[in-house]
Order: sequence, then C-alpha cells, then structure tokens
Amino acid sequence: MNGEFLTPIDAFTVIDLVFMMMLVTVGIAIVRLKDLFAIVMLSGVYSLVSAAWFVSLDAVDVAFTEAAVGAGIATVLMLGAMLLTARKAAPAKPARHWAALIIVCATGAALLYATVDMPSFGDPLSAPNAYVGLEYLKQTGPDTGVPNVVSAILASYRGYDTFGETTVILTAGLGVILILGLGGPARRKKKSVAAKTAAGKSLSSHHVVLRVVSKLMIPIIIVYGAYVQFHGDFGPGGGFQAGLIIASSIVLYALIFGIDAAKEAVPPSLVRLGAALGVLIYGGVGVINLLLGGNFLSYNTLNPAHPTHGQELGIMFVEIGVLVTVASVMLIIFYGFTSRQPDISDKDW
Amino acid sequence: MNASFAPDFLTWLPAWLVMQSAALLVVMPLLSGPIALVLSRGRLAWTWAIIISLATFAMALILYGQVLEHGSVEYAFGDWAPPLGITYNIDALNMLILLLVAGMGVLSLFYGLPSVLREIAPKDQAAFFAAFMLCLTGLLGVAITGDAFNVFVFLEISSISTYVLIAMGGRQDRRALTASFHYLILGTIGATFFVIGIGLLYMATGTLNMADITAQLRLHGDDRVVRAAFAFIVIGLGLKTAMFPLHTWLPNAYAYSPTVVGAFLASTATKVAFYAMVRFTLGVFLPGSPFSDAFLGLVLAPMAVAAMVICSVQALYQTDLRKLLAYSSVAQLGYMLLGLSMGTMAGVSASLLHLFNHALLKGGLFMGLGIFALSFGVRQVQDLRGLGKTMPVAAAAFAICGLSLIGVPLTAGFWGKYFLITAALEKGWWWAATAILISSVLAIFYVGRMLETMYLQPAPKTKGRSKKITAKAPLLALIPLVLLAVANVWFFVDASLPKGLADAAANVLFGGGAP
Repeated sequence: MNGEFLTPIDAFTVIDLVFMMMLVTVGIAIVRLKDLFAIVMLSGVYSLVSAAWFVSLDAVDVAFTEAAVGAGIATVLMLGAMLLTARKAAPAKPARHWAALIIVCATGAALLYATVDMPSFGDPLSAPNAYVGLEYLKQTGPDTGVPNVVSAILASYRGYDTFGETTVILTAGLGVILILGLGGPARRKKKSVAAKTAAGKSLSSHHVVLRVVSKLMIPIIIVYGAYVQFHGDFGPGGGFQAGLIIASSIVLYALIFGIDAAKEAVPPSLVRLGAALGVLIYGGVGVINLLLGGNFLSYNTLNPAHPTHGQELGIMFVEIGVLVTVASVMLIIFYGFTSRQPDISDKDW
Repeated sequence: MNASFAPDFLTWLPAWLVMQSAALLVVMPLLSGPIALVLSRGRLAWTWAIIISLATFAMALILYGQVLEHGSVEYAFGDWAPPLGITYNIDALNMLILLLVAGMGVLSLFYGLPSVLREIAPKDQAAFFAAFMLCLTGLLGVAITGDAFNVFVFLEISSISTYVLIAMGGRQDRRALTASFHYLILGTIGATFFVIGIGLLYMATGTLNMADITAQLRLHGDDRVVRAAFAFIVIGLGLKTAMFPLHTWLPNAYAYSPTVVGAFLASTATKVAFYAMVRFTLGVFLPGSPFSDAFLGLVLAPMAVAAMVICSVQALYQTDLRKLLAYSSVAQLGYMLLGLSMGTMAGVSASLLHLFNHALLKGGLFMGLGIFALSFGVRQVQDLRGLGKTMPVAAAAFAICGLSLIGVPLTAGFWGKYFLITAALEKGWWWAATAILISSVLAIFYVGRMLETMYLQPAPKTKGRSKKITAKAPLLALIPLVLLAVANVWFFVDASLPKGLADAAANVLFGGGAP
C-alpha cells in the first residue's frame, strides 16, 4: 500500500519467522501422529510457541491468555477427556480426501491472493493503526484513566463484546452440564473409579514430594491469580487470565489429592452457581448504569463527578464478573470430564 | 411507512423504557439464562423464561414503534459514540427479523413445555431453558447489532447453545449427538471463516462499526483484501444459513433435536444467518462493485437454484417426516438466496417476505409434527395415517401450514413466491422463474404425500393404537400451532406488516441510507 514504508529485516523479524516455522512443524506433527497423549502435549507446545510469538509481536495480553488457556488449562482438560477414551487414535484407512484438499488449497489461495494488497507489517499509516486504533491510544487516558489501553478497550469501549464473550463461556459450561453432567458432590470414604482415574491411579497415596510442593504452590498460584486480576488495569492481565489461573490451582489440587477432595473444597453446586453469578455480576453493573440514567455499561454514571473513577470502578467489577464465570466454567468442564463414568453400555448405541 | 399508530403507542410508555428498549431486548433474555440455571426446577425455569420472552417481545414492539416513527434507531453501549464503542442499529431490515425471532421465541416456549417435560431429564430441564434463552439472546444479538465483531460474539452464543440444544435430543435418539457434533464442526469452520473475513475488513478499514466500514470502503475503494473479506464472510455465513452445498449439517440436526428445538431453529436460526448475509453483502460492502455483483450472480444464483431443485427432490424421497421438512427448508432457503442474488430491490424485498412467511409456516409444520409425535409417536410419513380424523384441529393447522409451504393462494406462502417470480421476470431471469415453478411443483408432491396420508388413509387398527386414539393434543402446545396457522392465512389477507417492512428494508439497502 505504502511504498515509503519498508519492513526492516531485524532480529525480531528473524525470531518471528522462526516461531512461525516451529508452529508449522508442530502442526504437521500433530496431524501425522496417532498417539493421543503426544498430540495433547504437542498442542500445548503449539500454544506455548504461539504465546511466545505473540509476545514478540507486542501483543502481551493475547500472549498471556494464550499461554493460560492453550498451554495451561486446555492441556489438562484434553488429558481428562483422553482418559475417557483410548490412548491412540484408531488407524484411519488410507483415503484420499480430494474435496478437503481442494477446499484447503482454495482457502490458502484466497488468503495469499489478499496478501498482495495488505498493508506492510507494522505500517504506522495502515488503517488499523491510523484510524480507530490511534483514537483509542489518544482517548483512553482522558476518558478512562486506565494505563493499559487493552484493558480499557476490552472492558469499557468494547465492554459489551466482553460481556458477550463471558456469556459464550457460560454457554459452554452450560453445554457441559447438560451433556456430561457434573458428576454430583464428593463421595466420602469409598473412592470411586472416576476419582482414581483423575488422580492418576495412586498419586494420592504416596509421592510425598508432590503433595508437599503442591500444597506450597497452590496458595502462591491463587495469590498470583489475584495479582493478575487486579493488576489488569496497569499491565497485561484481567479476569480471563486470572480466572484460568485460579481454576488451574484447583485442578492441580484435584490431580494430586483426588477429585473428591477437590469437590469437597469446591463443590459442583458452587461452580454451577458461580458460572451464572459471574455473568450476572457483569450484567448487573450494566443494569445499575441503566438505573442511574446512563446507557448499558456506561460506567461514568457510577461516579458522575469523576467519570474516570466511575470507569475504574466499573472495569473492576466487570472483571470480577469475568473471573468468576471463567474460573467456574473451567471447573465445570474439569468436573464434567473427570467425574464421567460410561453410563451407556455399548449395546445401547 | 404507516406511522399512524406509533405516536400514541409510544407516548403511554415511560421515556426511559423507550430509550433503553434496544439494550433491554437483548440484555433481558441474556441475564434470564443464568437466572434460569440457578432456579434449577423445570417448571419454575419455564415460567421465568415465558415472562422474560414476553417482555422481550414487548421490547421488540416498542422498537417497532420507534422504527415506524423515526425510520431507524441507534443505541450506543457505554455511551461511547461509534466507531469507538459498540452500537445497536435498528432499521426496517433487522426489525423484521427481531419481531420474528422474539415472536417465535414466545410461541416456541409456550409450545415447548409438554414436550420438554417428556423429552428432557427432570434435573436438566432448568439448564435446558437457560440454554434456550441464551440461544434466543444470540439470535436477537446477531440481528440487532450495528457492529461487525459484535455479530461474531452473538453468533457464537447462538451457535454454542444450538449445538447443546440439538444434542439434548440424545435422550430420545442417540443420533442427535452425532448430528450435533457434525454441526459443531461445520459451524465452527463457518464461524472461523466469518471472523477471518471480519479481520480482513478491519485490516482494510480500521473500524468495526458497520456503517463506518461502509463509509471507509467508499474512501478505500475495492482491493484484494476487501474481496477476500467478502468471500470469507459469505462462505462463513453461508455455512450458518445452510446455503447449498454447505447444508449437510441441517437435516440431521433438525431431525434428531428435541421437538421444541427443531421448531424454534427451523423458524429462526437460518433466517438470522441469512439476514446477516444480506446485511453484509448489500449493507456493509458497497453494492454494485463488480466483484460482489459477479459473486452474487455467478456463484450465489446457481447455488440457490440447485438448492431449490435438488433439495426438493431429496425431500420427495424422505420417509422421516422431520428430515423431509428439513430438506424442504434448504430448498426454501434457496428461494431466499435467489432473491438476494438478484441484487435488486424487488428481489431482496421478495426474499425477505418469503423469509418471514417461511418462518411462520415451517415453525407451524414442525410444531404440528411435534404434537403428533407427542401423542402417537409419529416419525415416518406413513405414521400420519388417519390423523386427520383422530386429531382434527392439529391436522387442520398442519395442513394450512403445508399449503402455505406450497404457496397456494389464500395462504401467506403465496405472496413470497409471487413476488419472487415477479422480481425474477423483472430482471429477465426467466430460468430462475422456471426453477421456482419446478420447485413449487415438487413441493406439491412432498406436501401432498403427507396430507394425502393424513386425510385419505384410514387410521391403523392395531391394539396399541386404539387405546391411544383418545389422546388429545396438549392445549399449551396446540395454541401456538393454531396461532401460526391463523397467521399463515392472515398474512395472505393483509400482508401489509411483512410486506411494508420488507419493502422498507430493501429501500434501506438500495436507497443509499447507511444501516
């Protein structure tokens, strides 16, 4: 588009290229492997490499989320799902999916076709950098008083999208409740089959080092989650990441001490309530804004004398809503997978 | 437009309610979802969902009043003016869809209680209604918004809840699970294509507000990024619309989902996706660019005709009633896509009118089948034998909706086809008009087969049947069906509401007014 601006070939470009090549390699390996355990691990690697790449692209908030979701909790959830099925994919018959190949090639060709007219990477005059993006950079300070522009966009300017995204997460949790169930409350005394599988057979009875270290780690993880939550205004972080971190501490507890112990600490009925509560907190802020005479999610109404204080207050509460729903839904999914026992015998299918 | 009833209608209401109606229309059902989940008792959650859905429909009516009075309504979330913030923009085009979705939400919920109590496990009923309300929220959110990325967010809410709702048929028939999974995979690919398209649009214009994208595209002009964005968005939404040949998920999804879900989805889900396609192809992208015209004429039109003919033929061969109706739905979506592909005011108006009528009649047909299934376990065409006598009211309502599907005069379905043929001839597309006629003849056969079995064949006289023969349709389920049948006749006699909105919508798209 703009001939004056050329992308410099510097160290960062080289690093980006290396990351991209690693992603392609991992992707191909995932497609070719049959061992599900290896695939789950590689998809974690894929996310971690992506996260590193996002950091190099200066998208730290995205990188943080990707690391927490992809490399963190998603891997555990995939492992939980894998325990319910086989360790290896059934050998597929060698078939040639010509239609699929054509579709994939056509999609790739369309994207390549478009690259010719795309703005150069990092072009300060390109539309996304020069128009609304620039406006956000200028306005965030005076409008909201929040130093982290990403947080301001996420929770205030486009806060309604984030409200929608939180609802998407609730919907996913609802789906797991409906299709898999939560497996009921903790069973005391007698250990269930599911509990043993989740705890990795006999981890709960020995491995003293694991038990002690994890007991030390869990409070630290939770404090870190709280830090990420409340530091979101100033640096990368916020409700999504904090929710994942806090959920992962409970998942860790379940892995070491067994699913029943985790369910005693955080009962399934509580996470069901929490998933709903988070969305209600978020929406509740909006409803309060309505009652105070503003539009939905108009945080200025929370403190009309000092609009930026109102913004900070609003952002803090909606981020708490996000945290509660995200953490609860992650646990819903984890409980849903790990508490599952085959309730349909093969002949019923 | 006719603004006579609007002013006094709006003046009774508090100004605050009128001002916030756009947000409340979506926020109320959204927040009702988590509350229904907490209520955790089936009937209680249902009562709650009914109250909210009625309130939602009331909001849609208030908005309709405003659209009649002002032509369009804008609502800025967080009081952030666009393009920095997200806005809802309501004009005649999405008003039609909002009225339809909100109305069908109310009718489906009333209809749904008896079948849900029977088909869904008691412990899951509250969560089921929560998922239903979220699905309603998602569909309304896609239709109402004026922000391109916000479309994606609410499309995800509606899609994920739809996958869940379809899978809930698994208690009746395990095939619901694979149907849902199949849809999940294809739906996710569709959503990915859509969001790639939005990303490319953002790259070209630097904004996400639809009206602003159009304004920026005027400055920016046509280039490869914009073209790729157009293609990705149309394909992505095409998957959601069940555009031929991307419709393979639809027949099983409709056939194995719980009764109420089938009825609600058949009348709303693909319609909302189709609306989004109309909005993007004609409202966001500049109409009349050589690329989009070629795409509409050379890709969309042949696909539409293929859907109309091939899927009607497939409907002929179905023995499962719900699959028969599902294939017919894909064929009817072909009509709507044909109207869109004409790229003319008359074509789009006819297509929207057909959309409205088809939603009413297909909703009615699915509800009818649901009632038959509830009373007699009817699944196959031959099971309909004698129902004309054993369940006269439900059968009559079903028959009226069926005739409307063919497009017989005296039913609403007639107008959609009439105006489509007129629009096709106006454009000189005689082949399209022929295809409409051929597809209608095929509809006579597949609808006729059902009606013939229902009215002319005697009821089977097995022991099990003779006892059940006294089974009456649950009143709660029967009333919405009868209402839809009456609507199908009413909108033939007085089509001013849908026709007025459809014309105004086409006017919004072609009259140069930005959405």
